[in-house]
Amino acid sequence: MGAGGGGAPELYELPPGEPDPGRGPGILSGLRQEGARGVLIAVVSTFVVAAAIAFAVSRSPNWPAVKEAFFNGEEFRSSFPDIAAKFIRNVEYFVVAEVFILAFALLLAVMRSLSGPVFFPIRALSILYTDLFRGIPTILVVYLLGFGVPSLSLTGVPSSATFWAVVALILSYSAYVAEVYRAGIESVHPSQAAAARSLGLSRWKTFRFVVIPQAVRRVVPPLLNDFVGLQKDTALVAFVVVVPEAFKEAQIIQNADFNFTPLLAAALLFLLVTIPMTRLVDWLVSRQRRRRQVATAL
Amino acid sequence: MRGSTVRKILVGLAVLGLLAAGCASENPVLSSGSPPVGETAADCAKGVTTYVSPGALIVGTDNPAYPPYFQGGAAKGSQWKLNDPATGKGFESAVAYAVAGAMGFSADEVRWAVAPFNQTYAPGAKSWDFAIEQISYSAKRARAVDFSDSYYDVNQALVAVKGSPITNAASLADLKGYTLAAPLGTTSYDYIVDVIKPTKEPGAFSSLSDTVAAINAHQVDGIVVDLPTALFIADPFVQEVKNSVVVGQFPTVGTPEHFGMTFVKGNPLVGCVNQALAELKSEGTLQAITTKWLSEKTNVGAVPVFSTS
Amino acid sequence: MNGPRADGEALRLEAIHKSFGKLEVLKGIDLSVADHEVICLIGSSGSGKSTMLRCINLLEPVDAGRITVRGEEITATGVDVNRIRRHIGIVFQAFNLFPHMTVIRNVTLAPMEALGMSKAEAGARALELLERFGLADKREEYPDRLSGGQQQRVAIVRALAMKPDIMLLDEVTSALDPELVAEVLNVIRELAAGGMTMVIATHEMGFARDIAGRVCFLDAGRILEEGPPERIFSAPREERTRRFLQSIIEAGRM
Repeated sequence: MGAGGGGAPELYELPPGEPDPGRGPGILSGLRQEGARGVLIAVVSTFVVAAAIAFAVSRSPNWPAVKEAFFNGEEFRSSFPDIAAKFIRNVEYFVVAEVFILAFALLLAVMRSLSGPVFFPIRALSILYTDLFRGIPTILVVYLLGFGVPSLSLTGVPSSATFWAVVALILSYSAYVAEVYRAGIESVHPSQAAAARSLGLSRWKTFRFVVIPQAVRRVVPPLLNDFVGLQKDTALVAFVVVVPEAFKEAQIIQNADFNFTPLLAAALLFLLVTIPMTRLVDWLVSRQRRRRQVATAL
Repeated sequence: MRGSTVRKILVGLAVLGLLAAGCASENPVLSSGSPPVGETAADCAKGVTTYVSPGALIVGTDNPAYPPYFQGGAAKGSQWKLNDPATGKGFESAVAYAVAGAMGFSADEVRWAVAPFNQTYAPGAKSWDFAIEQISYSAKRARAVDFSDSYYDVNQALVAVKGSPITNAASLADLKGYTLAAPLGTTSYDYIVDVIKPTKEPGAFSSLSDTVAAINAHQVDGIVVDLPTALFIADPFVQEVKNSVVVGQFPTVGTPEHFGMTFVKGNPLVGCVNQALAELKSEGTLQAITTKWLSEKTNVGAVPVFSTS
Repeated sequence: MNGPRADGEALRLEAIHKSFGKLEVLKGIDLSVADHEVICLIGSSGSGKSTMLRCINLLEPVDAGRITVRGEEITATGVDVNRIRRHIGIVFQAFNLFPHMTVIRNVTLAPMEALGMSKAEAGARALELLERFGLADKREEYPDRLSGGQQQRVAIVRALAMKPDIMLLDEVTSALDPELVAEVLNVIRELAAGGMTMVIATHEMGFARDIAGRVCFLDAGRILEEGPPERIFSAPREERTRRFLQSIIEAGRM
């Protein structure tokens, strides 16, 4: 129970075992500190390394053909607008799925945290669920639900493969995110729950007002990392849906033109969305670290 | 701050330098050979030195190899999932053996390799001499691979489920309001987009089997595939698509499509194969093969042609 | 439980036993606390002071024995634990304020959610308490911006906002820097003067001598000796009590 005088529990402390994406040096951290000379060295060394890699690659025997097939400027320009237009669908799928994942995963995590023998079936159900959906490759779940459910021709149930493919993403990712929440919940010191219960708050209200808000704040970085994974995995719906999203569109053009450059265009679009997200995670973690340093200095 | 602007410029220059380094390359000189006039396919083939396995002809096709292009089944434990091309049965199998024969290869000297569709046009050396797997010629595609001359002129056809409204369509205009799909990489998809121009966005699936699964799962109203494939999957004894019917075949719009065999760019074997095809065409052999595998063996009956109005 | 304050027995512990696994921490505690009485528990670490307090508000279930609060046996089966806890305030060594809530929200949370008070009512009560203890200007701050002494005073206010019948204080100044200890002790003095029934576990012997009506020395899971502070501190009867007090003097804490 013993915290030192003046110390409050850390808010963005990562649960034990979770890699801290912000702990390494930032990209520009060395540059800022060392001034113009540092910048010059950085630029020159980047040039040298880049030139060395480019030299090695361009000397490989089949480079001209590979360049033509994968880095074709004309093909890139002609395919990019179509693929970009279809990428909107990936964004839609991601946004919709993420909302449901955050809610469903929290439910799973809370179910798992209910202690006491009377709640055993609920805990077991949650464990079974997460084992199942963390264990099956997401693409399989997409295939099984995307093709399987519409084939059953059930009445009253949506028959669109897109719907079921997104459901597959939700079911799959909720299992991972539930574990992230659980780590967050377990990282909230039991003394917090003890204090809340001592005030006469019920188990549920303790959870709702004291434990979960702290747990969620703590796991924002790993949650955002899972977001990034989901953004990329929206491409998996390509295998079952009728309406093409970016990956499928790239494949269509790739197979029509016998050129792989459209895949590069699709990759670039994904990067446009995922890179800002990963930088956001880094920034959030380092901001909290700076806050912590200020607080302990008080 | 002044210093940070300088830093930004320098970092930007570094990035540009990276791109410049990556773009430096030479353009290869590409050429394809053709035999001098009067030379037979067999002579031509003897003069080729770039066989994957000298003394043999390795032909590539995708796995599974679908009827009616490949037939005869596959032995248990074989790597071929549906049909083993080595049986010689099926249209493309027969064509391959005929072309090989015209080039002086005996049936024993012909071997088969699995050539996944998107490997046929990926850069790099191949483990086959040429691929034969219903690949349609297009000028864009010819940038990446060398095509042989046509061994089959292709028509597209529409398969749908019996009794569904789309089966009443008689013209291209009638099809505009439906959801259609085609296998990836086939010009069937292009046909939908460029000629039929439906109001509902069409779909493309990774393989023929996924396309068939889509219509069986009621995701699409009709699928467009080449006519021989349509005749096969709607065959009353096959019914890959449950309760299916070939609604019609599509008229040729513009230059007719054709299938060609594909070769690594610059492979001199193209010319020999073209010579072989020319010989087979003039002898009437190619027509006989076509009739045998693509007309006689269908149980579907006459297939109407969609009118262009 | 919220009836008029009749003089009588506020708290009774009978033959309390508590083990953690194989380790028996409380080996038979008997204690009676009258209304308005202030009991100080002294003893070395591991003697069971914290455990005893945590048993009183049922944070730890007892293995044997009976606890009675204002005539109600709280260790009986079927008791509504949440209701009992609303009448017993406890403050911990580590403050345990909720870091994601402002000071005032920390104080109003339980009155609103456990007692069903409206936001206005709870807010008014919270403000009154914070003003009384000199913390009103900190009400919109987050706990990590407060000093240790301020945080501990907020923790006490938070417990008081529930209008408990009994306050349990578990070494509440042990984690504080020395210069912050006084402000917290003053709060506790004020509570005692106001008639709050309290059981205080503490190392602060001078404070205990001032404020306690009775001092209990815990040793190895039992109350070895109890009595008025004047007697315990100047003329302890037990050898172990003497030795404990001697070590405290030597450590300069008395």
